[in-house]
Amino acid sequence: MADKILLAHGSGGKLAHDLVEKSFVKTLTNPFLDKLDDSAVFDLSGRLAFTTDSYVVSPVFFPGGDIGKLAVCGTVNDLAMSGAKPLYLSLAFIIEEGLALAELEKIVSSVQKTANEAGVKIITGDTKVVPRGSADRLFINTAGVGVIPEGVDISGDRAQPGDKVILSGAIGDHGIAVISQREGLSFSTKLKSDCAPLGGLVAEMIAASPNINCLRDPTRGGLATTLNELAKQSKVSIRIEEKTIPVREEVMGACEMLGFDPLYVANEGKLVAIVPPQDADKILKAMKKNKYAKEAVIIGEVAAKPAGRVVMKTVLGAHRIVDMLVGDLLPRIC
Amino acid sequence: MRELTMCLAIPVLIKSIEGKEAEVEIGGITRRISLWLTPEAKVGDYVLVHTGYAINVLDQGQAEETLALLREIAEAEGAG
Amino acid sequence: MKYISEFRRSELAEGLISHIRHSSKTRARFMEFCGGHTVTIFRYGIRQVLPETIEMVSGPGCPICVTANADLDKAIALAKIPNVIVATFGDMLKVPGSRSSLQQAKAEGAEVYTVYSTMDALKAAQDNPDKSVVFLGIGFETTAPTVAASILQAGEKGLKNYYVLSLHKLCPPVIRALLEAGEVELQGLVCPGHVSTIIGSHPWEFIASDYGIPCVVSGFEPLDILQTVDMLVEQVEKGESKVEIAYKRGVNPEGNQQALRLMERVFEPAPARWRGIGEVAESGLRLREKYKSFDAEANFELKPGPTVEAAGCICGDILRGVRTPSDCKLFGKTCTPESPVGPCMVSTEGSCSACYLYGEGLGG
Repeated sequence: MADKILLAHGSGGKLAHDLVEKSFVKTLTNPFLDKLDDSAVFDLSGRLAFTTDSYVVSPVFFPGGDIGKLAVCGTVNDLAMSGAKPLYLSLAFIIEEGLALAELEKIVSSVQKTANEAGVKIITGDTKVVPRGSADRLFINTAGVGVIPEGVDISGDRAQPGDKVILSGAIGDHGIAVISQREGLSFSTKLKSDCAPLGGLVAEMIAASPNINCLRDPTRGGLATTLNELAKQSKVSIRIEEKTIPVREEVMGACEMLGFDPLYVANEGKLVAIVPPQDADKILKAMKKNKYAKEAVIIGEVAAKPAGRVVMKTVLGAHRIVDMLVGDLLPRIC
Repeated sequence: MRELTMCLAIPVLIKSIEGKEAEVEIGGITRRISLWLTPEAKVGDYVLVHTGYAINVLDQGQAEETLALLREIAEAEGAG
Repeated sequence: MKYISEFRRSELAEGLISHIRHSSKTRARFMEFCGGHTVTIFRYGIRQVLPETIEMVSGPGCPICVTANADLDKAIALAKIPNVIVATFGDMLKVPGSRSSLQQAKAEGAEVYTVYSTMDALKAAQDNPDKSVVFLGIGFETTAPTVAASILQAGEKGLKNYYVLSLHKLCPPVIRALLEAGEVELQGLVCPGHVSTIIGSHPWEFIASDYGIPCVVSGFEPLDILQTVDMLVEQVEKGESKVEIAYKRGVNPEGNQQALRLMERVFEPAPARWRGIGEVAESGLRLREKYKSFDAEANFELKPGPTVEAAGCICGDILRGVRTPSDCKLFGKTCTPESPVGPCMVSTEGSCSACYLYGEGLGG
């Protein structure tokens, strides 16, 4: 086989078939994918969650992961944020002509490893190749489906005054890890992306108590944007305390260096949970047992006013508004 | 969030020096900066960096004195 | 000692706040005129923890905000010249000039590079020998020495395609102009931290001696600002007016002699235009005759076009401390960070941007 992806690899002919069989199906193998029908056919019943995402992160390889791992985690996490057990994913590649086959295979291997950990199967896919310059090495699109257990009703509009706000761990790792690889920014760091599949964590939280009102993962726009979305959807105020929010020293350092606020930096392996006060402690306890939420902490609570706003108590004890992200500070980090 | 804001000057540690440039570190992040404005800076010094240049060597003694003073005030006010 | 978290500790803040509340009996208005101080004050909610006797007001401390439209238009005109790369700090990109902005010019095909340091601009000049790289020299005395150093380095490297458009400004002259204008009555000045790192504390003496206003040089962490206010209150209550340094770890009275030497070697004082204030004598920097080969003004034909000020924009008044963002009819309505009308909303250190982002109703 050629060592670079050519336009012909996307044309549906022999070269394309070889690529799919040898580089994709062989690694991602499962009974659905192996059939290589135009669509995957399966039985599924219950309340379903369905999501779609596209991944255009640059660079495609970054400390702690790559676009393949990111694609699986992102999709799995979107499903988990509805309380669903993620089951099946679709995977579509848009490849820039000239991408090295070895790199593509490394990414597919990453997809497989992550899918295994998350307990999901890639059951259908698509491959297109576009001319040089039309895509930045590789874009990935996914869709995912999962089943929501009985008694679970999680949605952005269910936060109630009095609820506690739990954050699963330190913020800012992913955004800083990715930007540290960008050209023109001359710094090096040992920081890794926090990219992780959270389906297992959510299942453990639900087992501790199904009374979770909201779940969301703070990706682009960071914790601040996510909390604002929830506050607006639920028409409540979210009040947080600055000193409770965990931020790694390296992230603080990079943010100081670059003038960023960690509240707005992307995360790919964290979640925010809004839960009734009487369930908060047992959910927190369950979270801390999971390897992806050892630093979970209650960062605040929900109040009635000012509705739609996020208010933070600063280290001085004063209060200030935390707004949504304005503008586009870190392009293409997801 | 802000873009690469010019007005910041941050305290960083000098890890090594080559000629008029230094490798500095803050919270695990390392970066190359210029010592044109602080030729007296040594490895192990903390310097304030503004737009890629060290503008001052931070005085640890002064920093500790300031903190001690603030602690005194806090104790006197019953808050420390 | 890492110099950051130690100066954000809440129990030390409580002590200072308590001390300020006990000591402050006289009504006093303090002005800060360094963009970094403006941000800290808003970000940590300093106004909320100070007693009613103290009013904090912001002055012309953000170098982006005080850049006049006419000067920004020059930079945009430069960017439009073929084979010219304008290298600028990111903050300047979105500031609206009379008709356009650097970002817009870039979208229309001009070469505009965002840089963190003049070192990046020098590298761009080395990497693009067939183009001219013009560095947009914005900033006060903290930044000017770094630009001077870059010109000397360009000379050392034999670079013939590196230029600077000097829009640098000096703080003490504009403070004198403000005080002379007498529009705002002040009982204290929070003096800039890093400008003082370079120029020392002596240049502020005239404020205490000629105008009887207490001055304290401040750092940028919340504890620094609180300590500064505490020291200003003490002077006010004792009826003193002198210059003190609170930011002792970062400033010494003589400043940074090496930086001053470099600055004086390359630059000389010149008149400068300040938004909202107009022309102030000897308040800007231009390249000396000896370094004219690096001066963008001397080497390019600039056709910036007529200067137009945005209707309804009161950035000038805000910069002089006579009006606040909430006084502006455009604030939060037609002027927001996503669609700014004036620089005070664009710059991350502008009063309007800080007020908008941190949501405080301004009243002083």
